[in-house]
Amino acid sequence: MKLPRKHVALLASLGVYVFLYAAASVYYADRNFFTPDVFLNFLRGGAVLGIIAVGETLVILAGGIDLSVGAVMSLSSVVIGMLVMEAGLPPAVAIPAAVALGGCLGLAMGAIIHYVDIKPFIVTLAGMFFARGLGFIIHLESISIEHPAYTRLVSLGLPLGGGHTLALTAVIFLAVVAVAIYVTRYTSFGRNIFALGGSEEAAVLMGLPVGRTKMLVYTASGLCAGLAGAVLTFDQSSGTHGAGVGMELDAIAAVVVGGTLLTGGVGSIVGTLVGVLTIGLLREVIVNYVGNLNSGMTSLAIGLLLLVFVLLQRFMTRRGAGAV
Amino acid sequence: MSGDKPKPAPSSRPACWARALADAFRRHPTLWPFTAMVVLLAWNVLFTPNFMNFEVHEGRLFGSVVSILQKGAPVMLLAIGMTLVIGLGGIDISVGSVMAMAGTVTALLIAGQGLPAPVAVLAGLGVALLAGAWNGALVTFVGLQPIIATLVLLMGGRGIAQALTGDQNVPFTSPAMEYLSTRPLLYLPIPIFIVLGAAVVVLLALHKTVLGLYIEAIGGNAKAARLAGLPVHGVRLLVYAFCGLCAGLAGVINTADIQRADVANCGLYLELDAILAVVIGGTSFAGGRPYLVGAIFGAIIMRMLTTMLLMHNVPTEKTLIVKAVVAIAVCLIQTPAFAGFMGRLRLGRARQA
Repeated sequence: MKLPRKHVALLASLGVYVFLYAAASVYYADRNFFTPDVFLNFLRGGAVLGIIAVGETLVILAGGIDLSVGAVMSLSSVVIGMLVMEAGLPPAVAIPAAVALGGCLGLAMGAIIHYVDIKPFIVTLAGMFFARGLGFIIHLESISIEHPAYTRLVSLGLPLGGGHTLALTAVIFLAVVAVAIYVTRYTSFGRNIFALGGSEEAAVLMGLPVGRTKMLVYTASGLCAGLAGAVLTFDQSSGTHGAGVGMELDAIAAVVVGGTLLTGGVGSIVGTLVGVLTIGLLREVIVNYVGNLNSGMTSLAIGLLLLVFVLLQRFMTRRGAGAV
Repeated sequence: MSGDKPKPAPSSRPACWARALADAFRRHPTLWPFTAMVVLLAWNVLFTPNFMNFEVHEGRLFGSVVSILQKGAPVMLLAIGMTLVIGLGGIDISVGSVMAMAGTVTALLIAGQGLPAPVAVLAGLGVALLAGAWNGALVTFVGLQPIIATLVLLMGGRGIAQALTGDQNVPFTSPAMEYLSTRPLLYLPIPIFIVLGAAVVVLLALHKTVLGLYIEAIGGNAKAARLAGLPVHGVRLLVYAFCGLCAGLAGVINTADIQRADVANCGLYLELDAILAVVIGGTSFAGGRPYLVGAIFGAIIMRMLTTMLLMHNVPTEKTLIVKAVVAIAVCLIQTPAFAGFMGRLRLGRARQA
C-alpha cells in the first residue's frame, strides 16, 4: 500500500507535533504541562496566527503567495478601533465592516494578479505596504478599545464540561478551520484550487474558471486576515499597528510545517492547524518554560524547524517524482 | 481621402519622434526608471523648498541629494546583488537578516574582542558570504525553490544574530568605522563610492566577461543552459554568495552609520525595498536579462520618495502607501498587458484617422 504524498507530509507534521508535545509533557510534568487547560490555551494563543494561516494555505494551494496578510490584519484591528471608539459604531457593525475591507483588499490584489498578470509576490508585497500605510492614515497611533459589548465578548466561551471553557477566539479559529476543510474537500471551488495549484495551464485547458478561482482565493485570504484582526482586538482590546509585523512569515512557516508544498497543489488545512500548533508549542516552551526571553531563540528554532520540513518535503517530492 | 494632397510636414515629424521614442523605451527598459527618477527629481527641484541646497562643511558636501545617495546606499547594494539573483530566475528574501548578521559579527568583534575594525569588517563580510553560499547551496544542490530556501535564513538569520548578542544592541567605538560613515572622499560620503565600486565590478563582469551571458542563459531557461554544458551550479552558487556579500556590505555600512549593531532593526524589511527596486528597474521576475543600472535607479527612486515626503512633513509611516502605488504603477507600465493596451489604443487611433 502506498500513501498519497499529502498524507505522508501530514503524518510527518503530526508525528513531530506529538513528539514535541510528549517531550514537553514529560520534561515539564511537575508544572502540569499535560493538562486540558494548557492545550486549550494553545488553541486560544494560536487563533490569530491560525486564522491567517488558513487563508494563506488556500492561496499557497492555488500556487500563489500572499505577503499582505499581516498588514491587512493590523489594518483591520485599527479600523475596528477607529469605528468603535471614534465613529461610535457598535462592534456588530464595525467588525463586519473591517472584515469586508480585508476581503476587498484581497479581491483587488487578486484582480491585479489575474488581469494584469503581475507576480503575486510583487502585488501582495505592494499590498502589504499599501495596507500598512492605509492603517497609519486612518489612525496614526494604536487605539485601545473600551466598549461594554467588548468586555462581554471577551469573557464569552464555550463550556466543555469539567470546568474547562474554550475561549471565543479559539471557537472562531476552529470554525474557520472547519469551514476551510469543507470548502477545500467538498466543493468544486476547492477542487479548482488544487487543480490551479497543480498546473495552471492544465486548469485552463480543462476549462476551469481559473480567473475566478484566483480572485476568490485572495479574497478569502483577505477575509481571513480581516477576521484575524477582529480576533486580535478581542485578545488585546486594542487596534494596533505593530502586531502584524512579520506575521506573514510566521503564517507561511506554519503552512510549510503543516506539509503544504509552496509550489501549490499539494497540502491540507488540517496540516496547517498542526503547523500553527507546532509553532505555538515551540514559542510557548521557549518563552514560558525554558524562560528564555531572547526572541532570537524562538525565530532560530522556527527557522530550524522550517529547514527540517523543507528538506523533508524536498526529499519526498524527489522520491515521488522518481516513482512516476 | 484625397491622395494628391501632400502630408503636412509638421504633423508627421512629431509622430516620427514619438515612434522613435517608443522604440527607444522598448529597446532600453532602463529608460523607464530613469525617466521616473528624472521626473521625480524635477518635481522636487520645482516644489520642494531647499531640495537643491548644497553646502560644504569640513570638506564634505551636504544636501538632500547627497543624503538620498548616502541613506540609499544599503538598499542600492542589496539591489545590485538582488538584480543578479532575480536575473537568474531566483530570489533572495534573506538579505535583511544577512545584513543584521554581518553587522552584529563586526560589532561583536570590535566591542568584545577588541579586534581592529578592518579585520572585524572582513569577518562580518565573510559571514555574509557564507550565508549567501548557504542559500545558493540549498537552491543548487538540494533543489529548493529560492523563496523557501532563503525563507529559512530570513527566519533563522536574525535569530542567530539575536542569540549571539542576547537580544541586546552592541555599541562600539571605532575611529575607522566612524571614518567610514562621516569622513568624505572627494567631498562625498564613502558609502556612495562603495556602491559605485560594486556597480562597476558587476557591470564589467556582466558585459566584459562570459558571466553575463551565462546569467541570461540560465535565467532564460535553466534546463537548456545545463544541456548546453553551462556551469549552472557554479554560477548559481557564485551569484547567491555575491548577493550575500552585498548584503554584508550594506550591513557594515548601516552598523558604521549608527555606531552599534541594532540586531532587531538592522535591515528589517529592506529585502522588500530591494526587490521593489529591482522590479522597478525592469528586471523580470521570470529571469533573463538583469538590468543593474535600472535597479540602482529604482533604489534611488524609493529613497527619494521617502526623503521628499519627509521634507513635506508627511510622517514616514504614510510614505508606505506612496511606495506601494509607485511600485504597482511602474510594474503595470512594464507588463505585456499594458503594452498590449497601449498597442490597441494606438491601433484604434490609427483606425480613426
